[in-house]
Amino acid sequence: MATDSQFALWEVFIQSKPGANYIHAGSVHSSDKKMALQNARDTYTRRGEGTSIWVVPSDAIVASNPDDNDMLFDPSNDKVYRHPTFYVMPGGAKAI
Amino acid sequence: MELVEKTDQAQAELLKNFEEKINRGDAIEPKDKMPDAYRKHLIRQISQHAHSEVIGMQPEGNWITRAPSLRAKQILLAKIQDEGGHGLYLYSAAETLGISRDEMIQLLHSGKAKYSSIFNYPTLTWADIGAVGWLVDGAAIVNQVSLQRTSYGPYSRAMVRICKEESFHQRQGYEIMAKMMQGTKEQREMAQDAMNRLWWPSLMMFGPHDSESPRTSDAMKWRIKRHSNDELRQKFIDKTVQQAEVIGLTVPDKDLKWNEAKGHYDHGPIDWDEFYRVVNGNGPCNKQRMDHHIRVHNEGAWVREAAEAYRKKKENLN
Repeated sequence: MATDSQFALWEVFIQSKPGANYIHAGSVHSSDKKMALQNARDTYTRRGEGTSIWVVPSDAIVASNPDDNDMLFDPSNDKVYRHPTFYVMPGGAKAI
Repeated sequence: MELVEKTDQAQAELLKNFEEKINRGDAIEPKDKMPDAYRKHLIRQISQHAHSEVIGMQPEGNWITRAPSLRAKQILLAKIQDEGGHGLYLYSAAETLGISRDEMIQLLHSGKAKYSSIFNYPTLTWADIGAVGWLVDGAAIVNQVSLQRTSYGPYSRAMVRICKEESFHQRQGYEIMAKMMQGTKEQREMAQDAMNRLWWPSLMMFGPHDSESPRTSDAMKWRIKRHSNDELRQKFIDKTVQQAEVIGLTVPDKDLKWNEAKGHYDHGPIDWDEFYRVVNGNGPCNKQRMDHHIRVHNEGAWVREAAEAYRKKKENLN
């Protein structure tokens, strides 16, 4: 059997209700944008899982490398002053 | 020689880091380093799982035109559409490991990749559609609930999504069986006949006994599988026997009895000769299932070609 095209890979993001974050649901294959959206609808929203869909060509996504995690994410640990609990509030102050 | 030793050392280091990660309970994601054997095991297992979902559409599709009511037909169509969707979730999960959809389909067509043997049995009567939903999907759910905690992230996420949808499948099957058991004598006999034919193949779905299962140890060590074949089979038997009793069906196993000390049912011996006969291609429908998949895949080639041609045409216009 000759190899044939199974189309490009697209990533699917679904918003579960208006105002919510778009969350990655999975991927679909499609030859173009319109088919990607239709396939995403059929594959990932058969039970009211969403009110809005994004489809993105998979090769357009840039992902960090797990080997770089120390370099990328560790520096945030020594900046505790970015958290509100770092600060000492005077006794008796309200609603702060 | 020195280079070889260094490579071996690097491999050992990689394996050690990987297994520490697994033992901490961290999920493995596509870009993480993983041993080749882990990747290979996952590709084999996930693609086999995907093929099973897709081939499983055939025995059910056999009854779409003959469903006994419009309600039954709508439900069956929705269920079969779900199975196709489950196949797609799983193919996508396997693709994150570096195998293409096309390669997986070729491996299926050449017979190198397998699918669950249960789908090589025919659906002879409407009661079989009930038994497939209740027993076959019931067995699949026991396996899939366990796999929700598999160590590979994309596989685990596909399992969570599938489990949410499978429970409708099992309940609709059980409803069919319950309804038939309240029907005429012929309908009750039909339901019992479906039970008789599909009970043992359903138990075989969990695979060989742990003592005979060659791949279990690595799969358990790397948390691809979280429970052994026998544990899962026992879980299925324990919950299904009571459901059979409620609707008046007899489990076709004269050795089946409750073991008070173990807190489980004991069951009779499984006919593994039949299991291997079907796995190795000599079940009642192996040839029919594969011929159908190959024929439909080839007949659909022009649709894929047309879609590609349309994309290229639009790109040239822009």
